Amino acid sequence: MVKKLVYSVLCIAALVAAMSFTPPPECGSLTIHFVNRVGDKPLVLDSVLYKNSLGQSYTVSMFKYYVGNFHLKNKQGKEIVSKGYFLINQEDEKSMEITLDSIPFGEYKSIGFTLGVDSIDNSSGAQSGALDPVKGMFWAWNTGYIFLKMEGISSASTSTGKRLEFHIGGYKAPNNCIREIELKFKNPLKINEENNSVVKIKADASHLFSGQNPIDFSKLSSVTDFHNANHIADNYSDMFSVIEN
Amino acid sequence: MKSKRIYFFVFPLLVLILLAGFITDNSYFTITPKDVEFKIPQGFPKPFYDFKNNTPTPAGFVLGRKLFYDPILSKDSSISCGFCHMRIAGFAHIDHALSHGINGLIGKRNVPPLENLAWGNSFMWDGRINHLEVQPLAPITSPIEMNETIAHIIEKLQRNKDYAAMFKTAFNDSVVNSKNILKALAQFTGLMISSNSRYDKYMRGEDTLSAAELNGLQLFRDNCDQCHKEPLFTDNTFRNTGLPMDTNLKDSGVAAINGDMKDYMKFKVPTLRNVEMTYPYMHDGRFRTLKQVMDHYTKKFTAESHADPILIKGIQLTELDKADIIAFLKTLTDQTFLHDRRFADPSGHY
Ligand code: HEC
Ligand code: HEC
Repeated sequence: MVKKLVYSVLCIAALVAAMSFTPPPECGSLTIHFVNRVGDKPLVLDSVLYKNSLGQSYTVSMFKYYVGNFHLKNKQGKEIVSKGYFLINQEDEKSMEITLDSIPFGEYKSIGFTLGVDSIDNSSGAQSGALDPVKGMFWAWNTGYIFLKMEGISSASTSTGKRLEFHIGGYKAPNNCIREIELKFKNPLKINEENNSVVKIKADASHLFSGQNPIDFSKLSSVTDFHNANHIADNYSDMFSVIEN
Repeated sequence: MKSKRIYFFVFPLLVLILLAGFITDNSYFTITPKDVEFKIPQGFPKPFYDFKNNTPTPAGFVLGRKLFYDPILSKDSSISCGFCHMRIAGFAHIDHALSHGINGLIGKRNVPPLENLAWGNSFMWDGRINHLEVQPLAPITSPIEMNETIAHIIEKLQRNKDYAAMFKTAFNDSVVNSKNILKALAQFTGLMISSNSRYDKYMRGEDTLSAAELNGLQLFRDNCDQCHKEPLFTDNTFRNTGLPMDTNLKDSGVAAINGDMKDYMKFKVPTLRNVEMTYPYMHDGRFRTLKQVMDHYTKKFTAESHADPILIKGIQLTELDKADIIAFLKTLTDQTFLHDRRFADPSGHY
């Protein structure tokens, strides 16, 4: 009798366990490698001379930007989202490669992300990680993240020390510089148990000064608040492209 | 003989122990869990600051208080938050029209009081800071206030044994980082609540006001309440009160922040709690007395003055009315808050 009872309790327990058992989620990861360039040349800090669309030459001493809220679209148009931000910094080799985890297995046709920091994360108080104000990408005097910093030197600049200083940010209309980027993969991107997928995305820094609003360094060599920030953001919003996947 | 000798030893020892106990009696500065409970005062709306994401604890509050009063937050260890924000003035600064910072450098603005900050949805006279937690980064990094970097402060605090221990007890992750520094400061400043003035007691039926004060309250509700909305005495909006721009300071208020001329000379409607103590007045401290403020409001403002429509329509007050309004404004002085031991400087510097 007791034996029977124990047996049936065990059976029920096994059944419950079996019912609540869900197979491990079928997820993989995606590595994104950012490659910063200036036109057709690789971006090298300080030493290489580049030219803007007006033929004015310049060097780059700093180039960094926030990317975040990555999302991938599959063939059916369904989107999966990966929260969080990354600071891509030319000075820090490790920062150029980021990994998105927990991406469901499948085939994806495009990738999107926010260039900058969205308005909620601009107004949520003290933050850590990539958004820690110690990263030097936060405006303390007028709350908000700096989305992109480019600094350098140009003989055409009228600033002290011939400096170029472009600190672009601002999340409120009419000076909203947040830009949503949407890029198509060259081939459908497969995430499955076999391959740890890698995508190479190019960022062409020359776009800051060309495009809709060509920048003449003798007229504009410094942007550190809302003045002209939108012009630069409009320019650089198409600086990304997928070069390999 | 033997027992006498024992007394000879025991007595001074007892005195010493008593003395030591007296000197180290810091119950005045002791913070209990009850001291850091956040309660919405009767009649107050829901606050903007969400204490659920930063539940005040005695350890967190005491750390915030130490940081607030510690000049370690400035580059040359000369200036603390409490240097500019004086407790006896509702954490405004008495006397100076404009703030004085590091190396005696003079700022552009009058130091505002710190009270009921949890109900603010933007900070500074022009609202350029959007969250209580990130507010301290502004004075810390300002070259004319504390002229320090957050990275260097973290380094200094990590080297300091007291602070390292305090961060350990105050936060689960134990680390000295910007987030914990800012959360601790917000626990301290967020709990600075003024809700026990004679006006509050009158509203709760615990006290009476004089005939003049009651007349002042009525006049206030007729003329001022649209902007200085009860019970916080601000509606958290930005308005142009028809003040001409100071030609030296060239401070155009919100317009200087967003470049929108519609916001020319607009400044935050300040709370009027403890206003008796927060002189001088206005964003640049241009008025020394409440009477001068009253005289300003009864001026004629033309349509071209950019002043708020309420002021262009005009506020009419007799001299007696003004005196009564001032009498009412003084009922907003909150002795409980001004003398609250929780907010006193534990080191007794200022
Ligand atoms: C040099 C003097 C000075 C120091 C030091 C200083 N403040 Fe202030 N504080 C001011 C002034 C001036 C303003 C108004 C600034 C403005 O409107 O541009 C202000 C504004 C504020 C406000 C906004 C109040 C409101 O209602 O909008 C808060 C909160 C505050 N300070 C907290 C602090 C804290 C915390 C510290 C220490 C980290 C600190 N302050 C250090 C002078 C100072
Ligand atoms: C149109 C909105 C508005 C109305 C109406 C109004 N105020 Fe103000 N008040 C403000 C603003 C905005 C300021 C800050 C102006 C500045 O600094 O440039 C202010 C500042 C003050 C100050 C100075 C406070 C400080 O800490 O510096 C006092 C006192 C004051 N008002 C009292 C009154 C009284 C009394 C009335 C009614 C007679 C009144 N106000 C009507 C918007 C208003």
